[in-house]
Amino acid sequence: MSRYTSATDADTRAMLDAIGVGSLNDLFAEIPDGVRLKRPLDLPDGRPEQEVFEHLSELAARNRHADEEVTFLGAGMYDHYVPAIVDSITLRSEFLTPYTPYQPEISQGGLQVMFEFQTAISELTGLPVSNASVYEGPSAVAAAGYLARNQTGRGKLVVSRGMHPHSRETLATHAVGYGMGTAEAGLTPEGATDLDTLASLVDEDTAAVFVQQPNFLGTVEELGALGEAAKRTGALFVVAADPLALGILKPPGEFGADICVGEGQTLGNRLDFGGPSFGFFAADERFIRKMPGRIAGQTRDMDGKRGFVLTLQTREQHIRREKATHNICTSQALNALAGVIYLSWLGKRGLVELGQLMAKRTHYARAVLGLDAINPGPVVREFAVRVPDLDGLLTRARAEGINPGYPLRDTYPEYGDGLLVAITERRTRADIDRLAALTAPLREEVAA
Amino acid sequence: MAALDPRAGEETLTIYERSVAGRRAFTAPALDVPDVPMEEILPASALRTRPAELPEVSEPEIVRHFNGLSKKNFDLDTGFYPLGSCTMKYNPKLHERVAALPGHARLHPLQDPEYAQGALELMWNLQEALAEIAGLPHVSLQPSAGSHGELAGLLLTRAYHEGRGEQRHKVLTPDTAHGTNPATVTMAGYEVVKVGTDEHGGVDIADLREKATDDIACLMLTNPNTLGLFDRNIEEIAAIVHGAGATLYYDGANLNAVMGISRPGDMGFDIVHYNLHKTFTQPHGGGGPGAGPIAVSDRIEPYLPRPQVVRVAREGEGDAHAGNGRAGERPRFGLEHDRPRSIGRLRGFQGNFGVFVRSYAYICSLGGDGLRETSETAVLNANYLRARLAEPGVAEYLPIAFDRLCMHEFVLSGRGARDKLGIRTLDIAKRMLDHGVHPPTVYFPLLVEEALMIEPTETEPRERLDHFAGVVRSILEEAGEDPEIARNAPYTTPVRRLDEAGAAKRPVVRQPSADGGGGAEQNPGDPRRAAENPAGATGAI
Repeated sequence: MSRYTSATDADTRAMLDAIGVGSLNDLFAEIPDGVRLKRPLDLPDGRPEQEVFEHLSELAARNRHADEEVTFLGAGMYDHYVPAIVDSITLRSEFLTPYTPYQPEISQGGLQVMFEFQTAISELTGLPVSNASVYEGPSAVAAAGYLARNQTGRGKLVVSRGMHPHSRETLATHAVGYGMGTAEAGLTPEGATDLDTLASLVDEDTAAVFVQQPNFLGTVEELGALGEAAKRTGALFVVAADPLALGILKPPGEFGADICVGEGQTLGNRLDFGGPSFGFFAADERFIRKMPGRIAGQTRDMDGKRGFVLTLQTREQHIRREKATHNICTSQALNALAGVIYLSWLGKRGLVELGQLMAKRTHYARAVLGLDAINPGPVVREFAVRVPDLDGLLTRARAEGINPGYPLRDTYPEYGDGLLVAITERRTRADIDRLAALTAPLREEVAA
Repeated sequence: MAALDPRAGEETLTIYERSVAGRRAFTAPALDVPDVPMEEILPASALRTRPAELPEVSEPEIVRHFNGLSKKNFDLDTGFYPLGSCTMKYNPKLHERVAALPGHARLHPLQDPEYAQGALELMWNLQEALAEIAGLPHVSLQPSAGSHGELAGLLLTRAYHEGRGEQRHKVLTPDTAHGTNPATVTMAGYEVVKVGTDEHGGVDIADLREKATDDIACLMLTNPNTLGLFDRNIEEIAAIVHGAGATLYYDGANLNAVMGISRPGDMGFDIVHYNLHKTFTQPHGGGGPGAGPIAVSDRIEPYLPRPQVVRVAREGEGDAHAGNGRAGERPRFGLEHDRPRSIGRLRGFQGNFGVFVRSYAYICSLGGDGLRETSETAVLNANYLRARLAEPGVAEYLPIAFDRLCMHEFVLSGRGARDKLGIRTLDIAKRMLDHGVHPPTVYFPLLVEEALMIEPTETEPRERLDHFAGVVRSILEEAGEDPEIARNAPYTTPVRRLDEAGAAKRPVVRQPSADGGGGAEQNPGDPRRAAENPAGATGAI
């Protein structure tokens, strides 16, 4: 008997008798002989809890995690401080172990969290309608593409090269399925989306235009002009945004964005080597019945008491089947809960204070590193620089316990010597000065 | 449900309604760099002018708020949760401990693979174990959920056919399929063709033969199916589908029934998805996160998503995928991005690694024998409960849809209760809430009238199953005396039946903002009539 089951031999005997069969094997009589596995699974034997813990601990110890180095690595996920209340609340079994709230009478906690989450996302993005979250950032981008296709019936998606490479790739993968092509608008020499190129790509067959705020290099994009160019032919304007940066940046909704999506890891979620986190999906009111995913709505019970339910379910796969607005039935409810706890903890003023702290440290860091900026325009949490001896810097930094950032060469060959440096509230001036000390010899090289 | 919501009489307040200007939980780190005005950092056109209306609440009150909400949730650690097709098995606490180790939880996804060897080895080991369980050699962990795995499977199918120079336009799904299957078919650019169910609850072979033309790209199948029945004709089904040149896709929602007993790869499936949140104990989290890895046969492998976790040869070694490295040395692992025929990325980074940690811990704990025992006990529990609910006093009201041995779940029809007692399946489900058990999945699968789909899982002891059978019996007896009791249930929950129709008609999906947007009016409607939709009908999340 495994430690997670309870059937003793006596239980099994009595249960088989009640069923009316002779043995456990008889329960599988319906499985044809030809498809039965006639040997044990070739897996290691089961182990006591203690040994499993030790094995997993040993594996974990062979990763260099964000507390073991001073990390300037970002590029889509960031080393933010997650307050203790996030752990203590999300570990409660009442949040951790239920399924999707199909029975609202016994799921009011989870449903109200969704409602509060949707409110927070609406506030951050400046758009009136939010769903209860989707898998993660890039697949939220892809979901926006599917909505645009269903909304406009057009065949082309125009994507800024400033979008996260994973978002661009994910969108392209999904677009093949729904029969759309993508066209990429490049970046200016200053690392912002090239408005003229983008405008020239937008035509009568363009379903949506995608830009990211701040973009992958950290540049704060001029959403007003981009949005105008995007919407000229009736295409939807989709902005992927870092929700934490929206504490200080003007919300995409105020620039006329039709849809705002993004990666939620920065809101109280772990790095977790890339997941799970959550993606958010907010939109203009006119898309409320075309949105993907779960949506919680407020209502009353039969005694007139306030309550919450999953609503507008006639969009969804379990009712609409092949006519559904998306196949998703997940909301990343637990990760979204972490998000709403985190935002409650920061609060109205804290979100702004944190955003300003990051922006000021980022401003300082770019200046003190003294390297050639790839994107010299406005940045708030991340920036890209050219490093004359990038490999040398990476090696020397590693030796000092510093991870200097993300080398751009794998995803942006045009910036072969580029390094993307991310700043969070966990990176102090002292940390930044240590990195600057490492780049000092390079600065002289730049000067010479 | 007396245990829920000790403050049930109190007014329901949102965190926004608890906000008082000036309160706070967060203290920002001191500004340690020059205080440059924001106007010098950002152009005025990019600066936010009105702060987001987040709540202003102290830390203790945030904790009380969310603790209060938690008490309005029923959960698996509290009671029986036989939600069919969802595999609500116990989630071992060890898994939360190992997932939270900083080496896992605080590892950046773009860390240089040289400094993430433990994570990559864990992913490799999990891939190998999943491949063995499914009987298919190649695994991608990337998809984020079952439905995402389905989409991956159909995009792989498309790439496979196109790789052979073929264009196919249709995908077959049984009429018992999860809703995600047809929804996925549309997203992947195919047209759905439904296949019927025969009198034994399996695929209608004659119908399949007729529809399996050379325009069919794939058959998506769940086996055991959503009726909890193993399709005895699986070998013939595979032969027909492969004979038409199509792929056979396995929806792994019901894998918990057959681990170590029968493998999808051996049944002839080309592509399989797993639901790590069902079979492999990732907690459901109120709707997510999950993970939906896929396994594929050799002919599909070139198209797998990128990046792929690979074992890397050391210098002087030959085969990149074989051998454990030199004696005494650990093998090295990497992420392979250069996959020219790949369908591409399905999401950011490498997948839901935190889920992989938990599922890997589970497989390590149980081993091959333990996984087989898991499936045996799941099937034992389901058949035992099926037998208990086939007793007089129950069976005449809730007849079983297909009277056969079931696998890990079974489906009853509430048509007897409707006709003889005047109560609907929905009423029975709602009355269960007053007894402190979670109802089964209701109104799914669609071909069974007034369906109740019951999956107890292996982690329930016999006493819990007996108790549930007793609850069902008592609800039916009570309805025989007074059906109004069930029709108006529940009574003891934090709220009673909710007006779902009104919520959908005039959606209020956010807290009204300070400037008056998003009204909070009362939606009209009678909640007793409102809730008739397949709520609880599930797909593979």
